[in-house]
Amino acid sequence: MRPLIPLEGATASYEPPSLHNFQFGGIYGGPDWLNRPLVQAVAAAIIVIAFWLWASRQLKTVPTRRQFVFEYFYEFIRNGVARDALGHDFRKYVPYLLGLFSFIWVNNLFEIFFLTMFPTMANIGYAWALAIIAWIVYNWAGVRRHGVGGYLRRSLFPSGVPAPLYVLVTPIEFMSNILIRPLTLGLRLFGNMFAGHLVVLVFVVGGSYLMLHGSQPIYHVAGVVSLLFSFLIFALELLVCTLQAYIFTVLTAQYVASSIADEH
Amino acid sequence: MTPLVINGSVNMIGAGLAAIGSGIGVGMIFASVIQGTARQPEARGMMMGTAWIGMAIVEALFILALAFAFVIK
Repeated sequence: MRPLIPLEGATASYEPPSLHNFQFGGIYGGPDWLNRPLVQAVAAAIIVIAFWLWASRQLKTVPTRRQFVFEYFYEFIRNGVARDALGHDFRKYVPYLLGLFSFIWVNNLFEIFFLTMFPTMANIGYAWALAIIAWIVYNWAGVRRHGVGGYLRRSLFPSGVPAPLYVLVTPIEFMSNILIRPLTLGLRLFGNMFAGHLVVLVFVVGGSYLMLHGSQPIYHVAGVVSLLFSFLIFALELLVCTLQAYIFTVLTAQYVASSIADEH
Repeated sequence: MTPLVINGSVNMIGAGLAAIGSGIGVGMIFASVIQGTARQPEARGMMMGTAWIGMAIVEALFILALAFAFVIK
C-alpha cells in the first residue's frame, strides 16, 4: 500500500502506520525469532503463573482483605463464565478458563502498558495458538464424554432432522462446528487487537508528526488535538482488551458446553 | 494541475462499507438490551451477558473485512 499524501508542503515525508509497524526483528540484535511479541508472551505466562501462585498462598476460611480481592476475580470466571455455561460439572474446566482469561488479558494490556505498547495478539500466530488449544479442548471434552462415534453423531447429525436433509445439514454442521469456530475465535482476537493498535498508531504517530512538522499553525493545533484525543482511544482500548479476553473465554466455555451437552 | 492527490488502496473503502453493517447490528443489539432493561430491570445481568457475546459475533464481520482489506491486494 502506498502512503496517503494529504499534507501539501510538509517538510519531512510522512509514512502512515501500516503493516510494517507489526513486524519486529530480534531484540538487542538477537536472532530473528527472539522478537518483542515472543518476549511479551513468555513474560505474560510468567506473570500469570507467579500471580496465581502468590494469590493462592496462605488461604484461610475467613478471608483476609487481599484474599477477598483475589477470590472476587477468581469467582468472576468460576461463577460468571464456567458455571453459567457448563452447568454442574464445570470444575474440571475452571483452571483452563481462568488461565486463558488471565493470559489473554495480560497480553492485551501490554498494548497500553507504557513499557511495551504492543499487543502480543496483534501477531496472528499467537491468536492461532490459543484457538488451536481451544479447538483441542472442546473436541477432547466431547470425545471424553460421548466417545468418538457418539460425539461425531451428536455434533454432525443433530436429532429431529428428517433423514434426507442430512445431505444438507451435515456439511453445514461440520463447517460450523469443526472449522469456522476456531477460525473466528482466533481472527476475532487478532483483529480487535490489530485494529486497536493501528488506531492508536494513527492518532499518536500522525498527531506527533502534525505537531512537529506541520507547515501551518492550524496543523500544529490539529496535532495537539489528535494527541489529546488519543487518551480517549487508550480508554476505549482498555475496554476492548478486557472485553476480548472475556469473550474468548466465554466462547470457549460455550463450545465446551455444546460438545458435552447430552441433547444436542 | 490537481489540487490534491490521494494514493492508496480502494480496499479501505470496502472496509468502511463493512463497518456500516456491523455498526447497525451492534446498535440494534444494545437498543434491544436497553428496551429489555426498561421493561424488566432485574433481567439486566442475563441480557448483558448475551449481548456481549452477540456483539462479539456481529463485530467479527467487520474485523474479518478489515483483516482482508489489508491482506488482499
